Amino acid sequence: MTSDPLAARLAADLDGAFPDMVRQVSSGLYSGALRMLGNARDAEEVAQDALVRAYRALREYPEDRIRELRLRGWVWTIAANLCRNRLRSRARRPQRSLEGIDTADAGRGPESETLSSETRSELAALLLHLPWETRSAIVLKHVVGLSYAEIADALDRPSGTVRSDVSRGLARLRTALEEER
Amino acid sequence: MSLEADLKSLYTEAPAGLAGSVLAEVGLADRYAVRPGPIGDVFVAFNERGVTAVDLAESPEAFERRHMSVHGRPVVRVDDLPERLARHVDTAIEEGRPGRLPVDLSDLTEFQQAVLRRAATIPRGEVRPYGWIAKEIGRPRAVRAVGSALAQNPVPVIIPCHRVVRSDGTLGKYSLGADENKRVLLEMEGIDVDGLSSLAARGVRFIGSDTTHIFCHPTCRNARRITNAHRMEFHSEAEAESAGYRACRVCRPAQAA
Repeated sequence: MTSDPLAARLAADLDGAFPDMVRQVSSGLYSGALRMLGNARDAEEVAQDALVRAYRALREYPEDRIRELRLRGWVWTIAANLCRNRLRSRARRPQRSLEGIDTADAGRGPESETLSSETRSELAALLLHLPWETRSAIVLKHVVGLSYAEIADALDRPSGTVRSDVSRGLARLRTALEEER
Repeated sequence: MSLEADLKSLYTEAPAGLAGSVLAEVGLADRYAVRPGPIGDVFVAFNERGVTAVDLAESPEAFERRHMSVHGRPVVRVDDLPERLARHVDTAIEEGRPGRLPVDLSDLTEFQQAVLRRAATIPRGEVRPYGWIAKEIGRPRAVRAVGSALAQNPVPVIIPCHRVVRSDGTLGKYSLGADENKRVLLEMEGIDVDGLSSLAARGVRFIGSDTTHIFCHPTCRNARRITNAHRMEFHSEAEAESAGYRACRVCRPAQAA
């Protein structure tokens, strides 16, 4: 594997390169957290918290370890844990169930012109009904755009398991979409 | 269209403030808010250590650019100053001294910090010459360097560099907007700038009282209490001392080198 040039820059000059890392990964973190949690404010907090924790961790890592990092997968190990913890604490406080869940917020993704906001919010809502294992894998694969290897890092599951989680998730989404039409 | 492509369209740009919040949180960016100042609103920047900048700028963008070039890190706008600073900032701006407000001068050299810390002690309504600061910080020959350090004061008004003037009675440079603002601020503090200039133009540097035999800077609160009948003018420290006068312990008069 060729090493990530950004990881090399972070290893050499953390404070100088970290703003670029934030620019590169923050929309992915926000989009992923938004589709895992269904709430814009929670997503923003998770993305921010994950990046702050990432910075503090990088401060403690030796240069060699930073240079070897697969950054996106690594940042997502932090962010996925934060998402999962939020879902767990939300489950313990059921009064907050659907309040503040936005599925219809305006996306500005490259394809947003081609898909009606109605379809997008329907899809976003269906994602939230998937169990965590499939939801997290499918969001990281198809919304955020991570590779299977990166997702395996992020979710600490074997790559083969990630593949089957993603395909099982896609199948469930197709079935659900057909049932609704 | 495929389900995969539909999912891809759920990708969303992060909110505009996210990156700035992260950088400010880890100390790689400062934050700023707008506060009322004596000559119009000012931008007040801060970080975990204290206030880092006070600036009159034409626009937020201009301020952000200047902050980046002066401090080497971005500055992110917030609606309000944090509680721990807000009250002290307003008091500091109103009184023209840091008081209990933490000020972060760590981007500056030790010399610049020493100059600014000394300038911060000059009371409202009084002025001191550049040479006085130089002498007070133990660098009596560094008068020009004192001038540059004050011209680059990142926190004008809060550290009252406007109270440091040239010994010939002219005001010198000022770091908050135009140089003319220095006169405006001094006059707002009740200083008769023209009177001071004409005194300096006649070569008068110190005022003494023939009852106490103490001499002061002309704007020292002790000098202002001297009635005309007892008022003596001196051109130098040496002249005052040879007339049997001693230096005021409050304003510690020293002639500019």
